[in-house]
Amino acid sequence: MLIAQIVFIALLVFAITRFSHQVSKVRRNILLGRDEQICGNRWQRWKNVLLLAFGQKKMFRNWIPAILHLFVYLGFIIINLEILEIILDGILGTHRLFLPYIKTIYPVLISAFEVLAVLVILACSTFLIRRNVLHVRRFENPEMTHWPRQDANNILIFEIILMLLFLTMNASDQALQFKHYGHYQPTGSFLITHPIALQLQQISPGVLVGLERGAWWLHIAGVLFFLNYLPYSKHFHILLAFPNTYYASLEPKSQMPLMADILPEVRSMMGLEANDSQSVPTSPPVHFGARDVFDLSWRHLLAAYSCTECGRCTAACPANQTGKKLSPRKIMMDTRDRLEEVGRNIDQHGQFVDDGKSLMNYISEEELRACTTCQACVEECPVSISPLAIILELRRYLVMEASSTPQEWNAMFTSIENNGAPWTFPPDERGQWASKLA
Amino acid sequence: MQIPTVAELHAKGEKPELLYWVGCAASFDQRAQRTARALATIFTHAAIRFAILGQEESCTGDPARRAGNEFLFQMMALKNIQTLNQYGIQTIVTSCPHCFNTLKNEYPALGGHYEVWHHTQFIYNLIREKRIRLKPVTKEALQLVTYHDSCYLGRGNGIYDAPRDILQALQMKIVEMAHHRSRGMCCGAGGAQMWKEEEKGTTRVNIARTQEALATGSHTIAAACPFCNTMLYDGLKHAGKEEEVQVKDIAELVAEHLASDPPTSG
Repeated sequence: MLIAQIVFIALLVFAITRFSHQVSKVRRNILLGRDEQICGNRWQRWKNVLLLAFGQKKMFRNWIPAILHLFVYLGFIIINLEILEIILDGILGTHRLFLPYIKTIYPVLISAFEVLAVLVILACSTFLIRRNVLHVRRFENPEMTHWPRQDANNILIFEIILMLLFLTMNASDQALQFKHYGHYQPTGSFLITHPIALQLQQISPGVLVGLERGAWWLHIAGVLFFLNYLPYSKHFHILLAFPNTYYASLEPKSQMPLMADILPEVRSMMGLEANDSQSVPTSPPVHFGARDVFDLSWRHLLAAYSCTECGRCTAACPANQTGKKLSPRKIMMDTRDRLEEVGRNIDQHGQFVDDGKSLMNYISEEELRACTTCQACVEECPVSISPLAIILELRRYLVMEASSTPQEWNAMFTSIENNGAPWTFPPDERGQWASKLA
Repeated sequence: MQIPTVAELHAKGEKPELLYWVGCAASFDQRAQRTARALATIFTHAAIRFAILGQEESCTGDPARRAGNEFLFQMMALKNIQTLNQYGIQTIVTSCPHCFNTLKNEYPALGGHYEVWHHTQFIYNLIREKRIRLKPVTKEALQLVTYHDSCYLGRGNGIYDAPRDILQALQMKIVEMAHHRSRGMCCGAGGAQMWKEEEKGTTRVNIARTQEALATGSHTIAAACPFCNTMLYDGLKHAGKEEEVQVKDIAELVAEHLASDPPTSG
């Protein structure tokens, strides 16, 4: 028993240490973003976390995936209570540690976990069918090939395997209980696995113990592996959805944030006195708008890690629907991919060494130009990500720094500057519509 | 009817009850000018003392900002705020959701604080407070209408009900499009797209949206944004339906339904 305990503790410590290390890297990457203070409105922010992340409110804009997702989500949260017992058993060398203390409700609890496990299996199987057989449109965009497609399937298959192991463990455990074998104390019968256990009675106790222990070890090792898979995967959303909904903008979706660091210059250009609240000396920005991940607020980088590539944004995007290159989901995926590339660069050199690349190597001007700023992507995101915010920052860079502006837009700018209107009509014709009034 | 400018009133030592912020489209675009005139008719009917800025009005900076030109946006915003504050303007009604969003949400950060209404909100209040009188509707006049949500009104500012409530008050029967309210599909003009060619795609956004509108079988497509109106009308022309189906701003529909005599002031 002692060897098993030592192996278990070593495995646990290794898994948690490695996970913490990966998370600290993600945190470092997120903080490469521009500093942005987020203060006030605590209650509203917590309310958003409760409604959107915990409550999955936005998911219910679309009922079928919402209910299936709810099964997996509840399964994840609730079955984790059982993981606590499994971990303690592993450390202490006990078997079903909680049983003596909650003897009456123990089988009820485990039965509930088992029902959830079955629902998770059903939901994940349906998701696999939706992705690979039915080819639901939002999973078929060009950005959803190779790793993103594989990643999604990995997660679903993995969750099914974990649930099957959990059920196998319980079934073989109960079969051993019928035989009054060893330390397998009676637990009361579990709803889903009891009938299976009755069938398993034919098998010899030795094989059953192998099955039970094998399933137990594979299950917990699988859980720890899965934990370490998260930081590499879109599935990281199960953790980051919570902070992301907390830090998401509370302003109207149509409101663009002010570039405060150019305001003093604009004011002085117009001969306006610097007013007190705005006269705080600010150093000029490194870039006007965003050229690379460093120029984006850390909030948008957190959002990139929170994206689970569900594609609701892209499905709702009018540009994407009409065959334009723009896909809001790809904006988030590109941001994360570039950020990870920067992260690897830092890992390798100790600090970021210019690689001659930027986010603009991932996202083309054509994509950025196709956005109508309709906010459908922001509206649809179940975890309050705004691809629009990133698009607009990149557009600022294109126009103000890269001077890469479509000719028609340049004409529009000139007209606004000279005529006070985006069209070339003189200001003194502004009131003409009124002269035709009855 | 003569619409005074704020400057004219100011010279007489007067201030308007509200400023009608016309916006570039309703100032210069023939179709949108109809909306401006309809709205002026409604204000007059409700005996509201309003004024316009006339040639002192400038672009709010919305298309410049969305295209990426924050410098130009800030210049326009500061200039407009200077004008508005100089006249002590407090209440603004605008017939453009883009101007509405900029004036209401983006000017406060630059020192412009006003009570800003979109004309659909404002008209709905006038109807509710019985400050305008509508013609009684005959049975055969009952017509089907579909309402196209402007992104900057709907998703941007949560204004979904006011335009629909007005249509209901006009006794029109609303048939919703496949995508409406928070799921409403863009007309294709926002984000400064109005001022450039659409990017390469399989179809145009306004054509796709107009198809949705036509699928409702309505003879009227109501909208509340001058750019949506233009895009949808172009969509109708593309579909060859501009004779059978009309695109109208909510203000135009209300103006058509005004009773000949205003309510007696109580």
